[in-house]
Amino acid sequence: MNNEKAPLLEMKNIKKDFFGNQVLMDINLTLHEGEVLGLVGENGAGKSTLMKILFGMDEIRDTGGYGGDVLLNGQKVVFNSPFDALAAGLGMVHQEFSLIPGFSAAENILLNREPTKKSVVSEVFGERMNVLNRKKLTNDARAAIDKMGVKIDDKMIISEMPVGHKQFTEIARELSNDKLKLLILDEPTAVLTEKEAVALLDSIKGMASRGIAVIFITHRLHEIMEVCDRVVVMRDGHVVQDVAAKETTIPEVTRWMVGRSVDNTAAAKKVAVEDGKDKEIVMSIRKLWVDMPGETVRNVNLDIRKGEILGIGGLAGQGKLGIPNGIMGLYEAGGEVTFMGKKIPLNSPRKCLDAELAFVSEDRRGVGLLLDESLGWNVAFPAMQIKNKFLKKYLGGLVSWRDEAAIKEVTEYYIDLLQIKCTGPQQKARELSGGNQQKICLAKSFALEPQFLFVSEPTRGIDVGAKALVLEALRKFNHDSGVTVVMISSELEELRMTCDRIAIVSGGKIAGILPASSTSEEFGELMVSMVK
Amino acid sequence: MKKLGNFVRDNSVPIMFIIICAICIPLSGFSPAYLINEIITRLGRNAFLILSLLIPIMAGMGLNFGMTLGAMAAEIALIFVADWQIWGIPGVVLAMIVSIPISVLLGWLCGTILNRAKGREMVTSYIISYFINGCYQLVVLYMMGPIIPIKHSTIKLPRGYGIRNTVSLLNMRQVLDNAWAIRIQGVKIPVLTLVIIAIMCLIIVWFRRTKLGQDMRAVGQDMEVARSAGIAVERTRILSIIISTVLAGFGMVIYLQNMGNISTYSAHSQIGMFCIAALLVGGASVDKASIGNVFLGVILFHLMFIVAPKAGAVITGDSMIGEYFRVFVSYAVITVALIMYETKKRNQKSNAARQLELDQKAEEAAK
Repeated sequence: MNNEKAPLLEMKNIKKDFFGNQVLMDINLTLHEGEVLGLVGENGAGKSTLMKILFGMDEIRDTGGYGGDVLLNGQKVVFNSPFDALAAGLGMVHQEFSLIPGFSAAENILLNREPTKKSVVSEVFGERMNVLNRKKLTNDARAAIDKMGVKIDDKMIISEMPVGHKQFTEIARELSNDKLKLLILDEPTAVLTEKEAVALLDSIKGMASRGIAVIFITHRLHEIMEVCDRVVVMRDGHVVQDVAAKETTIPEVTRWMVGRSVDNTAAAKKVAVEDGKDKEIVMSIRKLWVDMPGETVRNVNLDIRKGEILGIGGLAGQGKLGIPNGIMGLYEAGGEVTFMGKKIPLNSPRKCLDAELAFVSEDRRGVGLLLDESLGWNVAFPAMQIKNKFLKKYLGGLVSWRDEAAIKEVTEYYIDLLQIKCTGPQQKARELSGGNQQKICLAKSFALEPQFLFVSEPTRGIDVGAKALVLEALRKFNHDSGVTVVMISSELEELRMTCDRIAIVSGGKIAGILPASSTSEEFGELMVSMVK
Repeated sequence: MKKLGNFVRDNSVPIMFIIICAICIPLSGFSPAYLINEIITRLGRNAFLILSLLIPIMAGMGLNFGMTLGAMAAEIALIFVADWQIWGIPGVVLAMIVSIPISVLLGWLCGTILNRAKGREMVTSYIISYFINGCYQLVVLYMMGPIIPIKHSTIKLPRGYGIRNTVSLLNMRQVLDNAWAIRIQGVKIPVLTLVIIAIMCLIIVWFRRTKLGQDMRAVGQDMEVARSAGIAVERTRILSIIISTVLAGFGMVIYLQNMGNISTYSAHSQIGMFCIAALLVGGASVDKASIGNVFLGVILFHLMFIVAPKAGAVITGDSMIGEYFRVFVSYAVITVALIMYETKKRNQKSNAARQLELDQKAEEAAK
């Protein structure tokens, strides 16, 4: 490329930590005009954080800023808001749509940049009383759509559009910015059909030939191979590889993405899939669908064996979280779930709990905890409600009072067992740190003494030491009480250390079940196999 | 057939009222000329007030119960104008002008509070209207006289301060309605008032096409998206409430000049509710309302009020049933509209789930 000119974008020694939790370390990245760079990595590898830094998002500043420099055309830049980044010619298409549902494509493409006509009234009351110039608006929008090279109807209302067209509307919006030099596409093909994805890839090539640089984030590796000049692989906050796309292969990239060094596999539990084949099946799931926004589950069939720890892994947004949330009745679901020979009615959390299923939600602040109540209450509350535990009965059972002493005892037991850092059972749940809150959530479901436990993202947002403890507690609980555990996690390593078998969800379906001792590559292939 | 079903479901409230009116009109025995005359009078009296509700709906803030604030501003302005003894059309125009700063202040206050209660605008604005009613009474009952000079004893309470229960506007009664009025076969048509309302409609149509109108629609549909596009969401919402309050003030001046007197302590108290009910009867919903809804609503709602008492008297022999009916129906219509709005939202959500189920079945069938 034109090496004599300063590169369009340079990121030097970018560092970022969230309150001591290092998520990006010494990231170096350069990008030239008209270059397409593929950015890949597992969830949590730091891709999104890096893009947020580049885009000057509030989130980054609110959490203490970042280290290192961002250079644009050789000049150091600091963006205080995404609007600064837009003005400097950066554009970003996010995973979530940012469109006004009742507006047409054209209105969305030029949202808040509508061409206007001056009038007498606007002279008096200011620019906002200008009348929109509909004709120019349509023309400008069409020009942007043409630039993109994919045909969409500029008059169509967003809410009536197929998902793919919404995505294209977003892209056209960025392209309508004449100053656009660098476009970031965050998993743009996730919602597209095969055909639309091909059209988008062509469109990316078109943009590149017009001198626009593109950073393309995706889990679909074959797309990277097709359009990108360069591939950057990130893992655990580091750039682990930066190579020309021509010089590498999909299996190689997969290995870089998932694979920690191969000898780490030894840490995984050595249990062959065959080991449990003769065991009784405790829960069988048939044709399950769950309407959980962003985690849709389609047609899942799964058998869970008695006493095992089953892991469910997969990339974000592929539906792994939808499975427990659907079965436990938190989101609308359909299909058939049989537990110990009895059918579990869906869409009814109480019935699930009565059947002695328990669920530790990934949303611990929303679903998991009574934040303004004491730890004792939090631990004992579900057991009190569902199993009538920790209650003292008077007058032949007419009146039942809380058994404060028993609550205190059980809470102290779990505080000790899980090493929860707190001042005692009386402390409010809100005052604990994230990791300790997570432990309380676990204690809560342990106190229920369920037959079956779903644990969703048990280590999200907690530090390494706490992670090991939480996982150990889960294993112990499984081993000592013989409770069947299904653990859902985005971190493959953690699943491999804890589980007997691991089911990988991709595109809302079970892509396959592997023993924990399988190699990272095998898991990696499953993860991207059916990505939608 | 399905289309017809959808049409009936989407317009169930207006259809219900058309049926009620169709039954009551023959029972009441009023002549068509009388009915048309009454409806045109009420159209002139109320349409402007109801038009003031359209802009907050556009900005996604729901039905603005806070329009009562504008009505109070108008009453204060009219009390001043009556005290200054400026009558006729100049009096009406002056009252409108005087009401503007009061409306703007109250609208700004209301909008600022509503920005802190996003998603609960309707109940908040309803309660604000009660709170401001208290302030209004303090001003009118105690401050007018000792602090705010009021000269004429005809409008003051006999004790020397505070305003009488009724302030007469006899000298500006129906001045707008009578100017350019024409009579066609005994039906009086208040041309000037209707022209003012028509101009207001044009202004609203024009406003929708301005940048501010476009921003309001964007804010109304998705605040976060609008914010990320750089639209000043809070400011836009406050502006929509201010505009609504000012227009409600103008509307109240028109309303009161038609009535010919001010019931100082009660004229505004139910005006918000009746206007909102009329708009909903016209087929509007919490998030969607058009100028057509305003006119259809005024006609149907008031037609019912004219014929229902008489029809009620014919059926039950008690004419009080009419007033009872009026209040009952207003609350019922608002309640039904709110329930329908929630149901519609919930249906949309479960439709997504149904779609998923169907997709899965189709996929299986394809195998």
